[in-house]
Amino acid sequence: MTCKILMADLDAYVDGELPEGELRAFESHLKSCFSCTANAVSKLQRKRAVQTAGRRYTASYELRRRIQDNIAVKPQAAIRFGWAFQVAGLAVIAASILLYLGLRPQADAVYSEIADLHVAALAGSNPVDVVSSDRHTVKPWFQGKIPFTFDLPELQNSEFSLLGGRVTYLEQTPGAELIYQVRKHRISVFVFPEAPLHSRFRLNSALTRKMSFHLETWTQGGLRYFVVGDAGAADVDGLAELFKKAGA
Amino acid sequence: MPLFDQLYNFAHWLTKNREEAEDLVQETYAKALKGFSTFRPGTNFRAWMYRILRNAFLTSRTGLKETEGLSTDSDDDGTALPIEPETPESIFMERSNTQALRTALEELPVHHREILLLCDMEEMSYQEISDTLSIPVGTVMSRLSRARKNLRASLGLQLQKG
Repeated sequence: MTCKILMADLDAYVDGELPEGELRAFESHLKSCFSCTANAVSKLQRKRAVQTAGRRYTASYELRRRIQDNIAVKPQAAIRFGWAFQVAGLAVIAASILLYLGLRPQADAVYSEIADLHVAALAGSNPVDVVSSDRHTVKPWFQGKIPFTFDLPELQNSEFSLLGGRVTYLEQTPGAELIYQVRKHRISVFVFPEAPLHSRFRLNSALTRKMSFHLETWTQGGLRYFVVGDAGAADVDGLAELFKKAGA
Repeated sequence: MPLFDQLYNFAHWLTKNREEAEDLVQETYAKALKGFSTFRPGTNFRAWMYRILRNAFLTSRTGLKETEGLSTDSDDDGTALPIEPETPESIFMERSNTQALRTALEELPVHHREILLLCDMEEMSYQEISDTLSIPVGTVMSRLSRARKNLRASLGLQLQKG
């Protein structure tokens, strides 16, 4: 592969859109070409800079509440006008969309958001911002990026391996997402301050299923932990136990 | 509400105005509720919601004004621009100045701003962007290529001003 051909595919490479075969040839070329590697790194850094710069605006709580109220109120307003058949139709549609939009009991809504964050991270071309299997590299990376610190477990003699971490947000609250691998499964561990979630979310050490993901959550030392993944319940629970021991 | 924060952020980037962004998000959820029967299970829910928001924006006063006289012809030929090598100076300046990058993004024409945000910020695949913007995948690639070139030029101007 020549540099000229490679350069034409650079955007697709950075965007994670190169087909498997081309990707192998591309990465093989990068190993031997400093110039192309430098360009690829620059492109990746600019993409990441746009991502950071793009996350700029935060919606108000009032807007969220207003929209939730609007969606919930419509069927009742219709009753006043006696449009019984429209109410039935609206109720069916509302029930369906509420399922998607997460207007469920509060803890359930948090579960959904956690599952969404896990899927969104894995769907991205760069699931982690700090790529390292060393907890002594990953933990310090979060310094200054999130307003708390936490302990990562020792993984020796376990099936889990640390892939890296990234900063994430749950309801405008910054937190840490750590991604682990067990066999071919990936499991996310989310850590957030407990205070903003406390009033809405009181479950502790609950192992549940959400959209076929296993999810466990608990609170420890003022932090709220979530472990979520498509691995079996025993794996999710096993990783959760390691974190509980690390934080004890 | 999944997508709520992302939709609001995207709406604010499109409208460049808090009140209009709030109206746009509210309209999006109302339209999603009303037209939920048109959503096909198994298809991409995120792209469906973003498409509703974008269509609502395009028919708003601000959207019409932003797209008035805007030509996307050069983006639609499906050919990506040749990639220019980076210079260390430009890379350093861009990395160290988020505010300049934001201003440069704001100054891009809306069709370049939105595709960059969908690809780089939302990390949508080309197919997802194609579904959201209702354009072929080839056009996604060529438009992205031009948007990135345009961003570099806009950023260069920002940094010269600063």
